[in-house]
Amino acid sequence: MELLLDSIFNGIAIGSVLLVAALGLAIVFGLMGVINLAHGELMMLGAYTTYVTQLIFKLPILKPFYNWYVIISIFLAFIVSGVVGIILEKTIIRKLYGSPLETLLATWGVSLILQQFVRSVPLSYGSGLIISLLIGMVLPLFFPTKIKESIKFKYYKLASWSFATLIGILSAELISSLISKLGRASSRNVDVTAPAWMRGQIEILGNTFPKTRLMIIIITLISVIAIICFLNQSAWGIRIRAVTQNRQMCDCLGISTEKVDVITFGIGSGLAGVAGVAVSLLGSVGPNVGGNYIVGCFMVVVLGGVGNLLGTIFASFGIGIMTDLIGAGRLLNIWPNMPLSLSNTINFFATTSMARVMIFALIVIFLQFKPSGLFPQKGRMVES
Amino acid sequence: MSKLIEIKSLNIFYGESHILRDIDLSVKAGEMVCVIGRNGVGKTTLLKSLIGLLKTKSGEINFLGENINRQMPHQRARKGIAYVPQGREIIPYLTVEENLMLGMESLPGGLSKNKKIDDFIYELFPILKEFLSRKGGDLSGGQQQQLSIARALLGEPKLLLLDEPTEGIQPNIILDIESAVTKIILEKGIGVLLVEQHLHFVRQADRYYAMQRGGIVASGDSSELSKEVISKFLSV
Ligand SMILES: Nc1ncnc2c1ncn2[C@@H]1O[C@H](COP(=O)(O)OP(=O)(O)OP(=O)(O)O)[C@@H](O)[C@H]1O
Ligand SMILES: [Mg+2]
Repeated sequence: MELLLDSIFNGIAIGSVLLVAALGLAIVFGLMGVINLAHGELMMLGAYTTYVTQLIFKLPILKPFYNWYVIISIFLAFIVSGVVGIILEKTIIRKLYGSPLETLLATWGVSLILQQFVRSVPLSYGSGLIISLLIGMVLPLFFPTKIKESIKFKYYKLASWSFATLIGILSAELISSLISKLGRASSRNVDVTAPAWMRGQIEILGNTFPKTRLMIIIITLISVIAIICFLNQSAWGIRIRAVTQNRQMCDCLGISTEKVDVITFGIGSGLAGVAGVAVSLLGSVGPNVGGNYIVGCFMVVVLGGVGNLLGTIFASFGIGIMTDLIGAGRLLNIWPNMPLSLSNTINFFATTSMARVMIFALIVIFLQFKPSGLFPQKGRMVES
Repeated sequence: MSKLIEIKSLNIFYGESHILRDIDLSVKAGEMVCVIGRNGVGKTTLLKSLIGLLKTKSGEINFLGENINRQMPHQRARKGIAYVPQGREIIPYLTVEENLMLGMESLPGGLSKNKKIDDFIYELFPILKEFLSRKGGDLSGGQQQQLSIARALLGEPKLLLLDEPTEGIQPNIILDIESAVTKIILEKGIGVLLVEQHLHFVRQADRYYAMQRGGIVASGDSSELSKEVISKFLSV
């Protein structure tokens, strides 16, 4: 019984990561029909952001705030992955609208590039690059309208990009000189250590659970609530939902659908970054860490249904728990004297990758019986 | 009165097929102009090209004296053109209230700055007030039509493009829609370009253009619409 509880708790933690990442994937897919194969790498960037933030908070001036670096890194990861996502949308995906296969291939290419990037470029330079991209994109937004509308706006933009590049290079050098670990490129995995208050166990109803996993669940809860509020309450949320359902009409109503695409892609990617923070708390961080989750994310989206929050939540927790039950071979511990043939089968699937195969097969079978996923949409709109 | 919109020898193609041929047309402020013609002559195509959903092959679309040929639909909407399409195009999973709010996106500041729905809309279409929190897609056809017009009006347009607003709608609601449109023209002085098959509504217009095979073949004051012209151009 205790083992089963353990498994459920672990499964929910893994499922939380899947949930946040899959939400990002589904929002983007719902709006633009784009399947972003680089989503896992955006998670990886989020995980590396946590690592970099941790090292920066070990510097003497920031040391007093070290305990809070995880919280800060959630915001930073959102921004880092969001910025990379926006660049990806503006440079590649926008050009490939209406050709899903090309988009698939292109985003796959991007995922390989990002993996190689973190291997061969020192993290300090990566951070510098992100800083300059962020400044370069955001600074022109704050120019007064008079400048924005003048023909010289190009030059102002050029100037702000030059400024951004300068700041980027300076901060890269600064980080390299202060933290030597970040100044060298390395393809080895790195480890994020949780601050003291997040380490150890917590006791709930007589059972002990690792605090980091509880933290992951809390991060998920907050991000899911935040994203729901954003989509339901804010003006951009209304625009995003409207464009998802009827792009042409929204254009006719005065919505700049291009802007909606950029913002949505940014948010979807940012969510991948937040999921990445959770990933870094679950295990070590390496260039391939995103690949471990991306298949799960896709399965969640397929099983839960796009734009179906309840379905997504159940699907991610379900898949998370199954992964833990099957992959860690816990079924054998929970039920020790099962028949030999069955236990052999379970042993066979008791590795992470075989568990994935098993879950994949189970989902395919499930979809045979319920093709529209866990919770099909109902109502007048669906029938027509 | 000055011309709101003026179209000069407009040509539109769908791929290879030539749909609109050398259309000349204009609408003034405070005027209701009706386009009539049988199914498939290109009335919807005309309105779509005015809002910017279709690319102009040749010709000019001038709005308030400015050539808007190359502008995107959302830019035209912000300039003051509102479009009520043939299929109504309500956003189905958004509530009626949210659908109405979308109409205000074309106001300065967009829907971030304009959240309060003006009460005049509920005076025109009282039914909408009852259903504010219902999903747009769950409304009946007639209610959706009213919502679609209300949404367009909330953007305070200078020119309203209406594509067969009475199609498939029961007679008493047709009258509601008709009186709402004529009232708004009087009160706000906007121009209306109406595509319509319903004779009673056509008669409310100031002027008409009759289309045949993608071109305009007759035009004049609606009061001059004779029985022959009507039977020739209206599929009634
Ligand atoms: N997307 C399209 N691709 C190719 N041809 C099209 C397309 N849409 C419309 N057409 C053709 O253009 C012509 C004009 O269509 P349009 O919809 O403008 O007609 P209409 O006058 O609005 O008809 P109705 O009274 O039935 O609404 C028709 O012959 C139609 O077949
Ligand atoms: Mg039509």
